[in-house]
Amino acid sequence: MENIAEYLKAERSQEWRDEVRKSMKTKLRLEKVRVQMSEEDPNVRNTNNIEVNTGLSVEEAVLEAQRCIDCPTPTCMTGCPVGINIPKFVKKIETEDFLGAAAVLKDTNGLPAVCGRVCPQEKQCEAQCFYTIKLGKPAVAIGHLERFAADFEQKSGQIAIPEVAKSNKIKLGVVGSGPAGLAASGDLAKFGYDVTVFEALHEIGGVLKYGIPEFRLPNDVVDVEIESLKQMGVKFRTNFIVGKTASFEDLKEDGFKAFFVGSGAGLPRFMNIPGENYNGIFSSNEYLTRVNLMNAANPEYDTPVHSGKLVAVIGGGNTAMDSVRTAKRLGADRSMIIYRRSEAEMPARLEEVKHAKEEGIEFMNLHNPLEYYADDKGMVKSMKVQKMELGEPDSSGRRRPIAIEGSEFILEVDTVVVSVGVSPNPIVPAALPKLEITDWGTIVVDKDTMQSTTIPEIFAGGDIVRGGATVILAMGDGRKAAAGMHKYIQEKIKAN
Amino acid sequence: MSKILEKEYFSKNVAKIVLDAPEIAKSRKPGHFVIIKIGDKGERIPLTIASSDPEKGTVTLVVQKVGVTSDKLLALEVGDEVTDVVGPLGEATHIENVGTVLCAGGGVGVAPLLPIVEGFKKAGNRVITVLAARSKDLVILEEQMREFSDEVIIMTDDGTYGKKGLVTLGMEEVIQREKVNLSVVIGPAIMMKFAALTTKKYNIKTYASLNTIMVDGTGMCGACRVEVGGKTKFVCVDGPEFNAHEVDFDQMLMRLGAYKDQEYAAYQKYLETEETVA
Ligand SMILES: Cc1cc2nc3c(=O)[nH]c(=O)nc-3n(C[C@H](O)[C@H](O)[C@H](O)COP(=O)(O)OP(=O)(O)OC[C@H]3O[C@@H](n4cnc5c(N)ncnc54)[C@H](O)[C@@H]3O)c2cc1C
Ligand SMILES: Cc1cc2nc3c(=O)[nH]c(=O)nc-3n(C[C@H](O)[C@H](O)[C@H](O)COP(=O)(O)OP(=O)(O)OC[C@H]3O[C@@H](n4cnc5c(N)ncnc54)[C@H](O)[C@@H]3O)c2cc1C
Ligand code: SF4
Ligand code: SF4
Ligand code: FES
Repeated sequence: MENIAEYLKAERSQEWRDEVRKSMKTKLRLEKVRVQMSEEDPNVRNTNNIEVNTGLSVEEAVLEAQRCIDCPTPTCMTGCPVGINIPKFVKKIETEDFLGAAAVLKDTNGLPAVCGRVCPQEKQCEAQCFYTIKLGKPAVAIGHLERFAADFEQKSGQIAIPEVAKSNKIKLGVVGSGPAGLAASGDLAKFGYDVTVFEALHEIGGVLKYGIPEFRLPNDVVDVEIESLKQMGVKFRTNFIVGKTASFEDLKEDGFKAFFVGSGAGLPRFMNIPGENYNGIFSSNEYLTRVNLMNAANPEYDTPVHSGKLVAVIGGGNTAMDSVRTAKRLGADRSMIIYRRSEAEMPARLEEVKHAKEEGIEFMNLHNPLEYYADDKGMVKSMKVQKMELGEPDSSGRRRPIAIEGSEFILEVDTVVVSVGVSPNPIVPAALPKLEITDWGTIVVDKDTMQSTTIPEIFAGGDIVRGGATVILAMGDGRKAAAGMHKYIQEKIKAN
Repeated sequence: MSKILEKEYFSKNVAKIVLDAPEIAKSRKPGHFVIIKIGDKGERIPLTIASSDPEKGTVTLVVQKVGVTSDKLLALEVGDEVTDVVGPLGEATHIENVGTVLCAGGGVGVAPLLPIVEGFKKAGNRVITVLAARSKDLVILEEQMREFSDEVIIMTDDGTYGKKGLVTLGMEEVIQREKVNLSVVIGPAIMMKFAALTTKKYNIKTYASLNTIMVDGTGMCGACRVEVGGKTKFVCVDGPEFNAHEVDFDQMLMRLGAYKDQEYAAYQKYLETEETVA
């Protein structure tokens, strides 16, 4: 794909695409209204774990696909970190070739059923859609359509397993089974490598399993994708911590020639304010891990969790939204978001904020916690909160929150979930003293090949490089790294 | 999956279990622990690796039955598989030849103390071990401790065995009698707190190995956090061993109680269903 524009043009001028375009007047397409994905009743769903979005019907998907005018210069694609050929898959849906649409998605994205659900589309592909930028109208629902095609394929039982090159018997290791590791392993398997994914936990999937809740991303959806990778020959070793269970040196002795590190940003941050270590105060990682990975809310499982009645979640990102909605589902009377900026600055996906509001989540924006208080058993019982106002923009470009003196008040709580960000997982950097890392603990890599600047056989991507990003960026990194590793290995072979 | 190759009871509620885990056996150092999980619905719990045999590819755990998961583990027999075993976790113990080492253990801390006692002995130290329990039938691992200790002092609260009194009394007796260069204490938080206060009085460098509640054991959740020297530390990755004089034991004690009622209820329920099954 030397010249993407040329390639897209050639694709677009294929006969079938011409025909679809001509089958309906552009004016008619532009008049259509964006489809609304149907959702479970907010007052029912906030008591169970079923997926909130129910998916598009065939009719809805085709109607929505008709809105896309198949632009000669599809700006939407510039917003997608993995460059999915968006008009092509959308037009496949319009012709009701849903499996064909799924195949287009899988050309560049190994986990379309996941991305269709969790990508912040309003900041990525949909933000760059012709409708958004030129017409000021709601974008083509690219995310919904992506999920539709991927789900259709999953349900059809005819999942296309990507073609795998003849095995070259070269062993490569992938550290971590989050989206970055999964994407890398898929591409490496396609190139013909003997790939083993090492995962520290007892489940495969990283944040997709232990973080993002079932009501947003059912585990089954992730498992289908993992199954495809297994069929492509990728091996998985759970309960294996690279750097602890075995060192990189041990693995090299075992024949591994290079590694992709996708170990994520697993270290939770706290605010270091008084009382933060009282019982009933959790990191969002602990809270979500107990509920999602360990199934703690189900009495048949052994792991316990606090099902508080007055729950405060500190933060405004996806993790905070997932925690606060989980608390509601565990039976909280009040589930509150405490966020120091205003709603406009919230990093969470728009849809999640909307869903949270529908489910009865209270938003205390422009509020910041100062201190926690506990009862005589050390259980948190209240917290001191201060009101904030927005000042001048800071280095992140967002308006800086400034405390309003004298506005402090006491809020009654029995559970607090601290969701103010994560730091890179330190296990791999600690195991490789020569690895160049930033002051933040992220691994420094060449941005085109994702190769470590100091250890040639180490490649890295996802949150361990970006310090916290998105599923699709992690996957994009994984794919880039796979290409980089392929090149590295092939050059080494040639040199010998 | 790790197969149980050997199992031997030391007393009614304490047994040694030898697991087939070649990679862990090879990488393990004294002080390291594993996290195990039994069955799909099981909980993850930390257990110290008492010893390992890299040649045979085995690790040995010494497990005391205190609740649902430890009970489930001891219910498994030779040939059964432990669903998940991950490790080795934590930082290894700083074992050196320092002279005389005073080791003190009580309650759930006696099992994890065993490899430390062994380690210090093998490094050439004079090792004096104080074991504390409420009464005679709760004293565990005495014989195993004797193997690696120059002297073992038993303390019981009710005086039914050894000397009557708390662990600190036994420690104090040793400290008054001879020069102690280092002390290691493991046990209930309250015991470690007073043991640390005792050695502090005499300015003896002391390590405490903290047995906080854990989930992942890899630094991902913060469940194991506790304040040491005024800073929040994660026991699973920064520890489990810390300078005992800097640990906020009151906070640790409080945090250990986080699920006490739920754990107790779960164990009662488990025991009932066990009985109906049996
Ligand atoms: C609750 C929550 C909600 C989110 N919601 C969204 C969303 O809606 N949309 C979105 O785009 N993004 C979302 N994100 C962010 C997104 O999930 C991450 O950016 C993404 O998962 C990063 O992928 P990764 O592969 O780099 O790491 P991870 O998914 O973190 O996976 C890393 C894996 O590596 C394992 N590991 C670590 N060290 C080792 C080792 N030494 N050996 C073996 N294994 C190791 C870990 O156990 C883990 O499974 C969310 C994150 C969270 C926590
Ligand atoms: C690093 C580390 C190493 C350990 N090594 C060993 C070992 O080698 N052998 C061994 O038998 N145990 C060891 N423990 C303790 C062991 O993990 C707990 O006994 C176990 O988690 C109990 O689980 P359970 O489900 O059986 O009981 P639960 O139902 O979880 O608990 C039953 C009772 O024990 C108390 N309890 C639970 N966990 C702890 C704890 N960590 N410390 C003190 N009291 C607790 C509870 O409050 C409750 O009253 C270690 C703990 C840590 C953190
Ligand atoms: S992968 Fe994400 S950004 Fe790319 S097209 Fe799909 S939803 Fe949009
Ligand atoms: S920019 Fe919008 S309308 Fe144009 S091709 Fe992309 S999705 Fe279709
Ligand atoms: S057990 Fe989760 S961070 Fe230590």
